[in-house]
Amino acid sequence: MTTRRDFLILACGATAAAGAPGLAAAQLAPNIAAQRKAALEEAIRKSTGGAEVKKGKVTLEVPPLIDNGNSVPITVKVDSPMTREDHVKAIHLFTEKNPQPYIMNAQLGPRSGRAALTTRARIADSGRVIAIAQMSDGSFWSETTSVVVTLSACLEDGLI
Amino acid sequence: MARVVVNVPASAKRGEVIEIRTLAGHVMESGFRRTERGELMPRDIITRFSCSYNGVEVFSADLYPAMAANPLITFTTVATESGTLEFKWTGDNGYAVTQSAPITVV
Amino acid sequence: MLSAGEIPLAERRSGYEFMSRETRAMQDDEATGPALFSLFDGEALWNRKAGQAGVACASCHGSMKGVAVRYPKVESGRAVNLEQQINVCRTARQNAPPWAYESRELLALTAYVARESRGMPIGIEWNGATAPFLAAGREAFNRRQGQLNLSCAQCHDDNWGRRLAGSVIPQAHPTGYPIYRLEWEALGSLQRRLRNCLTGIRAETPPYGASELVDLELFLMWRANGMRLETPAVRP
Repeated sequence: MTTRRDFLILACGATAAAGAPGLAAAQLAPNIAAQRKAALEEAIRKSTGGAEVKKGKVTLEVPPLIDNGNSVPITVKVDSPMTREDHVKAIHLFTEKNPQPYIMNAQLGPRSGRAALTTRARIADSGRVIAIAQMSDGSFWSETTSVVVTLSACLEDGLI
Repeated sequence: MARVVVNVPASAKRGEVIEIRTLAGHVMESGFRRTERGELMPRDIITRFSCSYNGVEVFSADLYPAMAANPLITFTTVATESGTLEFKWTGDNGYAVTQSAPITVV
Repeated sequence: MLSAGEIPLAERRSGYEFMSRETRAMQDDEATGPALFSLFDGEALWNRKAGQAGVACASCHGSMKGVAVRYPKVESGRAVNLEQQINVCRTARQNAPPWAYESRELLALTAYVARESRGMPIGIEWNGATAPFLAAGREAFNRRQGQLNLSCAQCHDDNWGRRLAGSVIPQAHPTGYPIYRLEWEALGSLQRRLRNCLTGIRAETPPYGASELVDLELFLMWRANGMRLETPAVRP
């Protein structure tokens, strides 16, 4: 017997299959988008232990219009003296629409000198990139940037 | 063949904050891609990176499938003393690479 | 010698100029560029003795500066690109099996050789020998093909700079091949890119190494004359 929950998942799955692949701004079926949003919130909750995350101190540099989502340069800087008494312990990087939300968790300390790091991420779809800095005093600070990712204009894989 | 590149200044002044750029040659297969037949390609990524300075860990990072292929990690550290910086990458399927770079601190 | 619609030298722009600042930085910073490992591989292959003859590229060749900007060449009655020339050397001089198109080795060695011409202007001559192949390449460039019935010229001569579904249409100059294409997350040849374009317009794709593709490569390089080589370029 199909439960109501199964029926909803089947119905949403059918909608996803009916959506044309290769639409320039890939639209996720509603339940997948909701699942990823929930996964992101859970990931942030795990990283912060549920503590309040304040806006500020963190500078997140991501190109707002991304040439190709396969390799997106990201630079995170945190305003911190990086002394033994007052430093950034960790930087957590997340993205909203990927199949899983974690990009990287970096562990820093007073020996870092500056709280700054650069990397390149895969961003699947237009949405938010979030950087959260965990400070030595237990506080959390963050910055969020919205980015636009477009698919390649000409789909190049062979037709199945 | 596992390949990595590290860019460390050969020398620095004591107390100077130096920038270290590292690049690892790795496909970083996310585990979410499918073949043309619809088969899921298994995850194969670097999961951890660390940098030690004369034996003391000064930077580390956990990496996830959302890292791009050929992962670039650029970070900073204080040039405290002359010696060796050791870099370590580990990941799925027994991937393990280390690389050292000397540094002279004046 | 330009046809109507073709881009005069002063207006030629590399695909580099259509990319974001960050992607350009990836190409400029060779120390952390994603093509770096291929260049290391290429250098190793250049110096490694190979084949039954047991000679390395380095055994015969000195500097390859200025070579890549003059390829494809016309030899023995057909246009030959750099990848094919490398395989000719492998089979004829090293007595080694040729490398498959798009293989890691062929891409790495091609990138290594081409990189030696980075910064130099592309220079393909339209002369008696090259004319028939350039004409064939030009004809292919201007011919409507595929289910979408589009010619290369319609996008890349007539509509460069405009957007196709969010991506900017470049002028399609092969100024940096083999390129590290972010879409591929890997190095790839001009022929790979051309075959992708043809798939994009739903046209038949000739096999790698087909003379139609090399003729088109030759024409595209001629069309980019004067532009600086950027190998290995990074492109979206």
